[in-house]
Amino acid sequence: MAVNPRLEDLGSDYAQRYGFRDPEQFFVRTPRGLSHEVVEMISTLKGEPEWMRAFRHKALDTFLAKPMPSWGDTEALGQIDFDQITYFMRATERQGESWDDVPDDIKRTFDRLGIPEAERKFLAGVSAQYESEVVYHSVKEELTRQGVIFLDMDSGLREHEALVREHFATVIPAEDNKFAALNSAVWSGGSFIYVPPGVEVAIPLQAYFRINAERMGQFERTLIIADEGSKVHYIEGCTAPVYSTHSLHSAVVELIARRGAHIRYTTIQNWATNIFNLVTKRAVAYEDAVVEWVDGNIGSRLTMKYPSIILKGERAHGEVLSIAFAGPGQHQDAGAKAIHLAPNTSSKITSKSISKGSGRATYRGMVKVRKGAHGCRTSVQCDALLIGEQARTDTYPTMEIAEDQVRIEHEARISKLGDEQLFYLRSRGLTDDQARLMIVNGFIEPFVKELPMEYAVELNRLIALEMEGSVG
Amino acid sequence: MSKQQPIFSCHDIHVWVADREVVKGVDLAVAPGEIHAIMGPNGSGKSSLANALMGHPAYTLEGRLELGGEDVKALSPDEKARQGMFLAFQYPVAVPGVTVASFLRAAVTAMRGTEVPVREFRRELLARMADLEMDSGFAGRYLNDGFSGGEKKRLEILQLLMLKPRFALLDETDSGLDIDALRIVSRGINAAAQQDVGMVLVTHYQRLLNYVQPHVVHVFMDGRIVRSGGPELALQLEERGYDWLTPQMGGV
Repeated sequence: MAVNPRLEDLGSDYAQRYGFRDPEQFFVRTPRGLSHEVVEMISTLKGEPEWMRAFRHKALDTFLAKPMPSWGDTEALGQIDFDQITYFMRATERQGESWDDVPDDIKRTFDRLGIPEAERKFLAGVSAQYESEVVYHSVKEELTRQGVIFLDMDSGLREHEALVREHFATVIPAEDNKFAALNSAVWSGGSFIYVPPGVEVAIPLQAYFRINAERMGQFERTLIIADEGSKVHYIEGCTAPVYSTHSLHSAVVELIARRGAHIRYTTIQNWATNIFNLVTKRAVAYEDAVVEWVDGNIGSRLTMKYPSIILKGERAHGEVLSIAFAGPGQHQDAGAKAIHLAPNTSSKITSKSISKGSGRATYRGMVKVRKGAHGCRTSVQCDALLIGEQARTDTYPTMEIAEDQVRIEHEARISKLGDEQLFYLRSRGLTDDQARLMIVNGFIEPFVKELPMEYAVELNRLIALEMEGSVG
Repeated sequence: MSKQQPIFSCHDIHVWVADREVVKGVDLAVAPGEIHAIMGPNGSGKSSLANALMGHPAYTLEGRLELGGEDVKALSPDEKARQGMFLAFQYPVAVPGVTVASFLRAAVTAMRGTEVPVREFRRELLARMADLEMDSGFAGRYLNDGFSGGEKKRLEILQLLMLKPRFALLDETDSGLDIDALRIVSRGINAAAQQDVGMVLVTHYQRLLNYVQPHVVHVFMDGRIVRSGGPELALQLEERGYDWLTPQMGGV
């Protein structure tokens, strides 16, 4: 293992570390429920241009017209009460550019979550979103000098309207699916990144998303444009307090990797288990571009998320590396899509899931090769680890290959955390808990080693926490 | 047999797999640094004995079990391990994603009850690996994952030397080894004996005993020790097989 979780960390839990809540204080909030009035209010508050206002209203109509998905965990989806959710909440009057500008209670929240420390240590820029809007944002001067734009999406729209208008919703139109339509109607916050040709952003940019209020909806919108030959790594992390009622997180993330560009997008999703996490993520990769989604899903009640890559230019390469941890009562319905439109493109999908107790992990994937896209290569590998008799995993791989000259590999494996492995490790002095944790950490090692050190430590710690007292 | 107090002893051990009795009353007393060989044909129950003594959950064990004079029968496998008991597996299990080095570090920490500084651990690990003629790259490989039979057995002996138990059961450690590997593994076993580890070698070949001199040889058939003796007994088995012992069984 790259990093060993420290055994003394085994005692903490989500509620203490992330599950705390601040009193709900807000500057502006829309009434609960969704309507054209609410959409109008959001757009007006943000002082948006007419085209965006019209886009939102049209998206709301699309959302209302589209039925709920008839696939996936329809039972869990049915529990979402769209009328009870608050769609927009502005927690503070203005965004802080220095840490001191951030209101004290919010600052304490992010201090507790370790954000300023992370920023000092290893980030090129950081954005912290609290409820609907970004409350703190900073970017290293050097990046600004190189022409890199790293803004929250609202500021991006204000300051670079033409660039945003040209690309916004081009990868994921509002009509794409019901939750993309919802996000398009009420989006707020998220990141806007533009990296000029040839610029390599050496250390990661990060966004941290925090939902504090109860029955809150967070709908951030992220757009990353990596111009020709540029390179950028973006990391997002998310947490929320533990409430008995459900909140909704429904983001839309669009990536555009122009010729020869390289985008890596890393997510460590650790929402509380009362959050519905329904996210649409898609990338377009042009000639010789590389897009990598590194996607870790630990928390949430239900996650439905299938990061996608459209390989549009010749020799483009896409990778999706994901892990999902489904503890008792959780359902991680995750996967990946690779759409090969151009010849000699390649994709690699590696999905690892762990189901524990009554937890359920679903892999849902799609690989498409268009006629004429000869010389494509794709490999899909799904590994599921089951802990306990009740744990469940399902795999739904779909392949639509319309071209003969392609190389396709698919492998699916299900293993149970077994008595023989446990006995072997325990006969070397490791306790039952230590042995289980070691097996699970080994299982996710291929994922963890792709993370920056600090995140690897954090992820191992999270897994340790989830594995605590995991007998059966 | 031995003047020293035994480090390990068991008395009237019975072992069941589900409803089937596979070990039917076994007594052993092993002194520090002493090597006992348990020899017997396939299916005689000797591997069951080794696994059950360590506490494998598939077996039910009855009888008295003492380590260093203390009753360890009710202890879990990890508690037994931390008390100084070790089992070298016949079929070591793979744990993908966990390197040999990180596994051993965790195990050494668990056994010694205190974290060994990284540099000290590393020095010790490399020295023991060199003793067993293992390439240093071995430490970075995933535990038993894709290992050859010989590599697995060598790793078991590496663990024996790193974890420094007081008593070790070695289950068919010699099977599947070529002559070079056999020589190396034997060297490890002899080194452990010199460090006063009491050992029981479970085997059905005599060839390991060309390299490791046992103090006591037990012949094991149908769940029982049917005869015990000195090293010469192993040679007799080599020449005559097990059949000549069978008639005695009724009388034991």
